[in-house]
Amino acid sequence: MTASALAHSVPPGLVMLIGALLIPLFRGHIRSAYMLALPVIGLLQLLLLDSGTHLSVQTLGLQLDLLRVDQLSLVFGYIFHIAAFVSVIYALHVNDATQHVSGLTYAGAATGALFAGDLVTLFVYWELTAVTSVFLIFARRTPSAYRAGMRYLVIQVGSGVLLLTGIILHHIDTGSIAFDHLGLGSPATAIILVAFGIKAAFPLLHNWLQDAYPEATVTGTVFLSAFTTKLAIYALTRGYAGTEILVWIGVTMTAFPIFYAVIENDLRRVLAYSLNNQLGFMVTGIGIGTDMAINGTVAHAFSHILYKALLFMSMGAVLHRVGTIKGSELGGLYKSMPWTAAFCIVGAASISAFPLFSGFISKALIITAAAENGYFISWLILLFASAGVFHHSGIKIPYFAFFAHDSGKRCAEAPWNMLVAMGIAAAFCIGIGVYPAPLYEILPFQVDFAPYTPTHVLTQLQLLLFSALAFAVLIRYGVYPPELRSTNLDVDWLYRRLGPTLIKRVVAWIDHSARLLKEDTKGQLKDFVDGVTRHHGPEGAMARTWPTGATVLWVAILLGAFLIASFYA
Amino acid sequence: MIAAHYPALQIALPLIAAPLCVLLRRGTWAWLVTVAVSWTALYVSVQLLLQVLASGPISYELGGWAAPWGIEYRVDSVNAFVLLIVSGISAISAPYAYKSVIHEIPEHQHYLFYSAYLLCLTGLLGIVITGDAFNVFVFLEISSLSSYVLISLGKDRKAVTAAYQYLVMGTIGATFFLIGVGLIYAMTGTLNMADIANRIDQVQNTRTVLAAFAFITVGLGLKLALFPLHLWLPNAYAYAPSVVTVFLAATATKVAIYTMLRFVFTLFGTDFALDVTLLAEFLMALALVGVFAASITAIFQNNIKRMLAYSSVAQVGYMMLGVSFFSVTGLTGGIVHLFNHAMMKGALFMALGAIFFRVGSVHIDRIRGLGKQMPFTMFAFVIGGLSLIGIPLTVGFISKWYLILAALERGWWPIAGLVLLSSLLAIVYVWRVVEVAYFRDPPTNHPKVTEAPLSLLVPTWILVLANIYFGVDTTLTVGVADTAAKVLLGLGQ
Repeated sequence: MTASALAHSVPPGLVMLIGALLIPLFRGHIRSAYMLALPVIGLLQLLLLDSGTHLSVQTLGLQLDLLRVDQLSLVFGYIFHIAAFVSVIYALHVNDATQHVSGLTYAGAATGALFAGDLVTLFVYWELTAVTSVFLIFARRTPSAYRAGMRYLVIQVGSGVLLLTGIILHHIDTGSIAFDHLGLGSPATAIILVAFGIKAAFPLLHNWLQDAYPEATVTGTVFLSAFTTKLAIYALTRGYAGTEILVWIGVTMTAFPIFYAVIENDLRRVLAYSLNNQLGFMVTGIGIGTDMAINGTVAHAFSHILYKALLFMSMGAVLHRVGTIKGSELGGLYKSMPWTAAFCIVGAASISAFPLFSGFISKALIITAAAENGYFISWLILLFASAGVFHHSGIKIPYFAFFAHDSGKRCAEAPWNMLVAMGIAAAFCIGIGVYPAPLYEILPFQVDFAPYTPTHVLTQLQLLLFSALAFAVLIRYGVYPPELRSTNLDVDWLYRRLGPTLIKRVVAWIDHSARLLKEDTKGQLKDFVDGVTRHHGPEGAMARTWPTGATVLWVAILLGAFLIASFYA
Repeated sequence: MIAAHYPALQIALPLIAAPLCVLLRRGTWAWLVTVAVSWTALYVSVQLLLQVLASGPISYELGGWAAPWGIEYRVDSVNAFVLLIVSGISAISAPYAYKSVIHEIPEHQHYLFYSAYLLCLTGLLGIVITGDAFNVFVFLEISSLSSYVLISLGKDRKAVTAAYQYLVMGTIGATFFLIGVGLIYAMTGTLNMADIANRIDQVQNTRTVLAAFAFITVGLGLKLALFPLHLWLPNAYAYAPSVVTVFLAATATKVAIYTMLRFVFTLFGTDFALDVTLLAEFLMALALVGVFAASITAIFQNNIKRMLAYSSVAQVGYMMLGVSFFSVTGLTGGIVHLFNHAMMKGALFMALGAIFFRVGSVHIDRIRGLGKQMPFTMFAFVIGGLSLIGIPLTVGFISKWYLILAALERGWWPIAGLVLLSSLLAIVYVWRVVEVAYFRDPPTNHPKVTEAPLSLLVPTWILVLANIYFGVDTTLTVGVADTAAKVLLGLGQ
C-alpha cells in the first residue's frame, strides 16, 4: 500500500488518539521523541489527503462518514497539529504519563471531529474531547482543580448530550445525519446550535471556560486553549455560516469579557476572558457568513490558536517558576525571565493586532467584512472590543507580570523546552503577520484582500495608541482598577451558589414540614407504619435488618396500589 | 443425535456436576469441573441460539412426556439470548474464581462453594429455558437458595446478615410469584406456558387473573430489584465474595427481568397488560424514580462495591424503562441492555475483585494512587465506567441510544431528557473513583501493592474488550434483541 492510500484509509486524528495510549510504555528521551513524532506523522497524513475524499462505514442502521476532506477541515487540521506539536514540546519536562496521554488523545479526538462527515461521528469525537481533556485539569491535583474539573466535565458532556438529542431529532425530521450546513430552521438545529454554543462559550454558557482553564496544570492549559473552543468554531462555521443571530452573539462575546478581564487578578483567568473575547470575533465572522467573513474566521482561529497558546505558555512559565500567577503578587520579572517576557510581548502584540503580527492580518478580514455588509453597530462594538483586547491582554498581561512595581521575586529563566515551544509559536505569530500569503492561500475561499493598506494600518495604530494612552493615564493617576484578591461574580454563581442554596432551603423546608406533619398526625398513619415495621423488622440492636420490614411494606404498598389502580382503571 | 438433546444438557450438566463437586472434596478439582461445565454450557447455549435463529423455536419434551402434561423446555430467540448471557458470564467468571476464591474463602469450604455456584448456574439457566410456570418457581428457588449460600461466604461478617436479609426478602418475592402461578392454575387448569397463553383469553376479565398478574409482577419486581423493592441488593452485592458479586450482578437480575418479560408478554399478552392493567405506567414511574434515586445514592457511597450495587439498581431502571414503552424499539433497548449491562457490570466488579485481591478493601480511601500501582486493573475500571456512563464506542451508548430513540418515537421528550440527564449522574460517581485512583497519592501507612495476577486480569479484560467490541459491532446484540422484541410483542416468528 502506498503512503497516500494508507493516509486515505485511516481517519485523521487516530494517529494521535491511538498512538497516545502507548506513551506509558516508553521512558525518557524515547518517550519524548515518540510524543513529538505523533503530531508530525499526523500532519504528514493531512498533507497527503486530497479534498473530496470519503471513507464510510455502516453501523446502527446509519451510514457513518468517518473521513470527509475539504479545505475547511484541512486548515483546522493543520493548525491543530501545529498546536499539538508546540504543546508537546512545552510539556516535555513533565514526567507524568497521565497528562501526556490525556493531552494527545484530546488533540487526536479534536482532530478526528474536524474530519467527521456526519453528525454521529462528530458526536463521538465531541464527547471524547470532553472525557480526555478533563485529566489535564484533574492533574493539577488540588481540591479546587478537582471540583472545577467535575464542573467542566459535566458541562462538556452535557453539551454532547444536547448535541445527541439534536441529532436524533434532526434525523427524525430530515432522515439525514450528514454534517453540512444546518441553519436555524427547526427545533433540532436550534438544539444543536446550543450544544455548539456551550463549547464555543457563548455568553451565559461561557463560564466553564474561565472556571476550568486557570485551574488546569501549567502545560494542560496550553492544550486546552487550543482545541475545545476552536472545534466549536469549526462546527459553527460548517453548520451555521450566515446565521444572523450569531453576529449579535459574537459582538456580545467580544465586549462583555473585557470588563471582567480588567478587574481579574489571576492572569491566566484574564487570558481565559480574553480567549472568550477573541472567540467573539470568530463567531461574528460566522454570523456574517460572506466568503470574506468566513475566511476571516478561519484565519483568525489559525492565528489565535498560536498567540493564545503563546500567552498561556508565557504565563504558565511564570507560574512554573514563581508559583503564583496573581497580578498583585508579580512584577519586575523581566530581569529574571527576559526571554519569556519577550515572547509574551510578541503574543500580546499579536492578540492586540499590531501591524506585522498575526492578529492584524486575520482580524482585519472580519472587521472589514462587518463594515462592508452594513453591520454598523457591530462594527463599532468590534472596534471597541479591539481596543479592549489591547488594554487587558496587550498591556495588562506583560505589564503586571514582567514590569509594574518590582515584586522582588527572582527566579530562573523558563526551562529550555518551554522557551523552544514559545519561540516556535512566536516565530509563527511574526511570520504570519509579515507574510500572510501562505495562510491566505489555504483558506476555504479565494482571498481578495490586502491587509497592509495605509487606511488599515493607520486606523489600527490610532486605536492601539489611544488605548495605550488610556491605560497610561489611568495608571499614572492611580485610578486603574486595582487587582483585588477576589473572585469575580459571574453567571456561574447561578449553579455554584444559588442552586445549592435553593436546594438547601427546599430540603430544610421539606424537613420542617415533615416534622410538623409527624407531630400533627401521630395518630393512625404513624401507628400503621410503626405496626408494620414492628412486626417485620426486629427492633433495638438488630436495627440493621430493618430494610426487611421496609421491603415488606413496599411490597404491600405496591401490590395494593397496583390492584386498586387496575380495578378502577 | 446429541444436538437434539441440547436443551436438557443445558440444565443437566451443571445439575449433575454440583454433587460431583461435593464427592470430589478437593477445591482445585471442583474448580476444574466448574470451568469445564461452564464452558460446555456456553457451547450448548451458542448452539441453541444458532439453531433458533436458523430454524425457529425449539420445543423439548422432558422425559418424553407430551407438552401440557409433562414439562416442556422451550427455546426461542428471547431466552436463547438470555441463556447466552448467563452461560457466557459463567464461562468467564469461572476461571476468574480460582485465585479469588483461594483469597477470600477458607480452604475447607472451596468444594462447597463450587457446588453452590453450579447449583446457582443450574437454577438461573433452568428459569430461562423452561416452558412450565411451576418449573420456573422450582428453578427460582434452586438459584435463590444457592445464592444465599454464596453470599454468606463473604469475608466480611456482615455477609451473613446480608444473606439472611436477602433470604427473607427473596422468599417473599418467590412466594408472591408462587401465589400468582397458583391463581393462574386455578383459572386455566394448566401450568404449561404456551397452554396458559392460549387459555387465558377466556378468563382475562376476572379479578383472579388480575390478582395473579399483580402478585407475579410484584414478586418478580422484588427479585429483579425494581426500585423500591431493591433494598436487599446493595448489601448482598457489597458483602458477597468478589466472584459471586460478578456472577450475580451480571446474571441474577437479568434472569428475573427475563421471567417478567415472559409472563407479561407471552402468558398474559400485551393487550391484557396494556388495556386491563396499569403496568406500563407503574413500570415507567418506578423505573424513572429508581434511576435517579439509586444514582444519587451511589454518588454518596464510600464502599465502591456498594456504589456499583446502587448503580445496578439504576441500570435495572433503564431496562424496565425500555420495557415500559411496550414498543419494538423500547423492548429492543431493554433486552440489549440486559446483555450490555452484564458486560459492563461484569467488567467493573471483576476489576474491583482484582483490587480487593491485592488491597484487601474496596473502600474509596484505599484505592488512592492505584492508577499507578495497578495500571491494567484501573484502566479496565475506567473503560467499564465509561461504558456505564454511555460514552460512544461502548455498549452503554448502544443501550442509551435505543432507549432515547424509543422515547422520541412516542414523542415523550421529557423522558428522553431524563435518560440523558441521568447519565450525568453516572459520570459523577464513576469519575469520583477515577480521580481518586489517578490523582491522589497512595496511602503511606499501607504496604505498596502490585498489579493483579493474570488469572484475574485476563477475564476482566475479555469483558472490557467485549464492552468495546459490542459497542461498535451491534449485529449480534441488537439483531437478536430486535428479533426477541418482535417475538415478545407477537410480531415475528
